[in-house]
Amino acid sequence: MHKLLLALISLSLVGCIDSKEEILEEKNQGLVYCAEANPVSFNPQVTTTGSTIDIIANQLYDRLISIDPVTAEFKSELATDWKISKDGKSVTFTLRKGVKFHTTSYFTPSREFNADDVIFTFSRLFDVYNPYHFVGDANYPYFQSVGIDQLIRKIVRVSDHQVRFELFNAESSFLANMATDFAVVLSKEYAMALKANNQENLFDQYPVGTGPYIYKEYRRDHLVRFYKNADYWKHEVTLEQLVYDITPNGTTRIAKILTKECDVTAHPSSAQLSILAQRDDINVERETNLNIGYWAFNTERPPFDNLKVRQALVYAIDIDKIMQAVYYGNGLRAQSILPPTSWAFEPQKNMPSFDPQLAKKLLTEAGFPKGFDMSIWAMPVSRIYNPNARKMAELMQSDLRKIGVNVNIVEYEWNTFIQRIGEHRHDSVLLGWAADTPDPDNFFSPLLSCTATFSGKNPANWCNPEFDLLLTKALDTTDLNLRKQYYDAAQSMIIKQLPLLPIAHGMRFQASSADVEGITLGPFGAISLANARKR
Amino acid sequence: MILDYILRRLGLLFFMVLLLSIFTFSLSYLFPGDPLSNLSGIPDTNFTQNAQLEEKYLFNSNYFMQYIAFVGRILQGDWGMSFASGSSVFAHVVDLIPATLELSIYALVISVVVGVPVGILASAYHKQWPDKFISSTAMIGYSMPIFWLALLLIMVFSLKLGWFPMSGRVSLLYEIPASTGFILLDILLADFPYNGMAMLDALHHLTLPTIVLAMYPTTVLVRFTRESMLKVMDQNFIKTARAKGLTRGQLIIHHALRNALLPVIKQIGLQFSTLITLAMITEVIFSWPGIGRWLIDSIYQRDYPAIQGGLMAVSLFIIIATIIAELTYTLLDPLSRNQAHGKV
Repeated sequence: MHKLLLALISLSLVGCIDSKEEILEEKNQGLVYCAEANPVSFNPQVTTTGSTIDIIANQLYDRLISIDPVTAEFKSELATDWKISKDGKSVTFTLRKGVKFHTTSYFTPSREFNADDVIFTFSRLFDVYNPYHFVGDANYPYFQSVGIDQLIRKIVRVSDHQVRFELFNAESSFLANMATDFAVVLSKEYAMALKANNQENLFDQYPVGTGPYIYKEYRRDHLVRFYKNADYWKHEVTLEQLVYDITPNGTTRIAKILTKECDVTAHPSSAQLSILAQRDDINVERETNLNIGYWAFNTERPPFDNLKVRQALVYAIDIDKIMQAVYYGNGLRAQSILPPTSWAFEPQKNMPSFDPQLAKKLLTEAGFPKGFDMSIWAMPVSRIYNPNARKMAELMQSDLRKIGVNVNIVEYEWNTFIQRIGEHRHDSVLLGWAADTPDPDNFFSPLLSCTATFSGKNPANWCNPEFDLLLTKALDTTDLNLRKQYYDAAQSMIIKQLPLLPIAHGMRFQASSADVEGITLGPFGAISLANARKR
Repeated sequence: MILDYILRRLGLLFFMVLLLSIFTFSLSYLFPGDPLSNLSGIPDTNFTQNAQLEEKYLFNSNYFMQYIAFVGRILQGDWGMSFASGSSVFAHVVDLIPATLELSIYALVISVVVGVPVGILASAYHKQWPDKFISSTAMIGYSMPIFWLALLLIMVFSLKLGWFPMSGRVSLLYEIPASTGFILLDILLADFPYNGMAMLDALHHLTLPTIVLAMYPTTVLVRFTRESMLKVMDQNFIKTARAKGLTRGQLIIHHALRNALLPVIKQIGLQFSTLITLAMITEVIFSWPGIGRWLIDSIYQRDYPAIQGGLMAVSLFIIIATIIAELTYTLLDPLSRNQAHGKV
């Protein structure tokens, strides 16, 4: 009994030792970000999942170049300079000196970043002799869908700090793609060290980059922990620690920011913004964002291979109702697959509108006068382009019931969901895309090209050679007017063929405590916490 | 006699575990999908993998042999892989059970520390206002659904007043290595510059879930202790003692308490199994990283190997805890040993 008492007293004493100063100090040391899903991987090359890219891309890694969100011009990052040859077929990057890779518990670099790392990183995408090409099923969804793996002929080491990319043909979006969140530079030395121990499979799970934070630990469904990179080449990193609290439930994320358990929360839904706006200690940022929320049909699976069926389904949907109930006035109804802020945007005149009578007629013509059963897969997480897919699916379900189509709504955990969509197991799916570059090709190739079908990214499972030809022609020229014409044709083809129905463009929201500053939210790409700090 | 009793209880334990294992094994057939995938946790096997798994799981033999192979693997700690995470179910269980246990133990301690004295107090003032107040409060606590209580507390103490956090075990900024799985112990063991603050923070996080979880067993113990005390106080030896002129305090402490607490001890043991079940609901609401929350997530994600493993772990735990509670009670109360057979 006495021992128990003693233990209790000593326990309470321990609690009193720390002074107030230390409490303040500790508070400034870290930032908790409530993220909506587990990261799929820790290498942006092998995934396009937005929730994953938000967590890893800008925090752990750097790219050769980036795009200025305001002027849309290229900016130097790990490459200080780049030159394009006259025929556009070769691009030479001059690399920054004195950049160090992360020192972690599992790897200590012996040299600084150089040309070998760039060659290793990008040859992994296309070179079958790269020891890592086949690690993780040789699947590089973004690069394969935009065809970068087919574009690079070889990468030449000019000197320690100069590399030359030689391309099969000049392509106008090459630099833009090199500036995406996926084109991060990885350490060759680390890769080779793992290979020497036959541990290649760890490469995409235990990251080593040059970014502002260093990976520490990941516990599934619980947290991801990064520490500050004291040797960061770009600037001093203020936060000692960056922790991602994995909280899939949107309401819980909001509650956590209200109770100060999170400093920043991802994707508060529009419905909750009014609650947050009442609080002085919470800032809500709104940023227009290049994105599209759509309803895609699995066009390889009957009856969705029938254009009339697809038309019937889209005419049966009341999008106005969706805009009110799901976006709460914080979204823009889509006029095309491209958002209006894109330079190639062209509003489509023949966008399907709500017409149940016509829908019924089309369905009868297609041979389904009594309708049929189908599934709508609804994303389990809220994203910029679709804050509440479940609700959207329910509204569609009730609309479709009126034309005799019975809808079964399917939901899975986010990563499982993405994986199964990639395997084309769905009838139709509510999904979306947030752009990684301002280049319009970023909306077409990754979503609807034939190569995207093969890499499991094309949720409509749609491969149309005519459409692909338009995209290729648009990429082969640098003449903006000509490119716009091709993209106009591509946009109208989508509305004619309806592999997917563009629904809406959402706004990007971010809620954070008023004492947090320095978070970068751009119109495209992932969030950056490199400059984040607490006041 | 006592040996005979213990053997019978162990026999019961064995029988229960046997039934549980048969049920768990049959789940892989009852769940949708391929039984081999459900057992191994490897979805979409290719031909070679399939052949290897069939050999390992004796899938070409009859059900009995498959079951024997299943038990063998369970004993070796090979509980299959989780569909969702791709890592071992057994590792998940070992990792998560301490958090659930920790919460349940604290709640049990609170309920004993609060429930028993309050029950005694109520019986001491039988039919007077303290008794009436305690009994009616206990009745309210007893009938209140715990998820509702949890949400109410979160609304008032977390969201409105901001006194307590509403999720997790400790602020994520404290990096506490999980050596025992019990958060307070881990903090004490960790060599960490902010130990004291982390401890306070963990206690802060513990408060609401522990109160919620302790509510039901506390009210049960209050009511039970009160009943038991009243029964004892009504017996002849107490009346004799009272006639001798002993005060109420002396009566309770020297005579009634020992006799009244024996059935309460049994009740405490039995409450533990109820606690584990209630802990699951509490874990979901307070995002407590225990086995209950994991199990419910697994059900949502149709992660069959995880559901099987989780159910088995929780049920095993409850069976063992109940048997231990009964054995302890028997050791304390010689009379009960006469009931050689199990009694519900």
